[in-house]
Amino acid sequence: MTESAGVWLYAVAGPVDAAALAGLAGVGGSAVRAVAAGGLTAVAGDVDLAEYGEAALRRNLEDLDWLAATARAHHRVIDAVAGQGPVVPMRLATVYRDEASMTTMLARQAAGFRRILDRLGTRKEWGVKAYLAGRPAPGPDAGTGAAYLRRRQRQLAADREGRREAAASARAVHAELSGYAADSRCHPPQAQQLSGERAVMVLNAAYLLDSGRAEDFARAVAALADRHPGIRLELTGPWPPYSFADTEEPPG
Amino acid sequence: MSTPRAPAPPDTERIALVDLLDRVLAGGVVLMGDVTLAVADVDLVTVSLRALVTSLGTLAGPEDRR
Repeated sequence: MTESAGVWLYAVAGPVDAAALAGLAGVGGSAVRAVAAGGLTAVAGDVDLAEYGEAALRRNLEDLDWLAATARAHHRVIDAVAGQGPVVPMRLATVYRDEASMTTMLARQAAGFRRILDRLGTRKEWGVKAYLAGRPAPGPDAGTGAAYLRRRQRQLAADREGRREAAASARAVHAELSGYAADSRCHPPQAQQLSGERAVMVLNAAYLLDSGRAEDFARAVAALADRHPGIRLELTGPWPPYSFADTEEPPG
Repeated sequence: MSTPRAPAPPDTERIALVDLLDRVLAGGVVLMGDVTLAVADVDLVTVSLRALVTSLGTLAGPEDRR
């Protein structure tokens, strides 16, 4: 290790098969290894602080291409570990100065990590997004003056009503889906410019599901979509339990 | 239209970036102490906004797409 090397922490887990990490490319294409500490496994890899140190990270995190590649690499490793058993994902850009400071942290906070691992178990996260369903565009503008104004006012009133209904539908969907989940979280709506989605997002939720619940959950989402034509639903997953890793005080 | 998409396979390259960023930037355990940098919530706002600006600059006029 050179002086400019740091340690990127992907996740903390129980026992991890080192062979499963051998072929994985981590952030920046770096190797991934399992480090035992405090009876747990830190899944980590060496990174160059010239690219992943504090100043460089602040700059690089604002570069969308860099952010995308790094986020996908971080996820790739966590997803591989999640395939083996319970995992506590770390937030993106958790970088230690050296392995010793990482293992010291892990040993000190092992009890907290074990609590989170026990709670998450083999549960997976599923995402459900709801959008205001597209309504037919108004026909070609035939009238003028007062007729146009009346039609425009009706249109605006209908839009307002549509949004109210969509918000109510989103609440109903979230309430029902939460019944299937061990836990649930609502993320802020996604920025339209970043998602490329033109429709207004009215729900961006995550659900922590027991391993046997995924099919029932997907059926419930489909049924809810039929019952709420004012919104369009999208299901994503399974995800490692990112949104539920930090639902109690940080370990330690 | 109102039917949800079938669950996407956990294929890293096909996952929408925006869904991934929701999770890796806002989820996961945040550790302080010896960490060089953990993206705190206050930084997240900056990251999102800057990323947004960057995407607007690199994509061909998303506001004009139909």
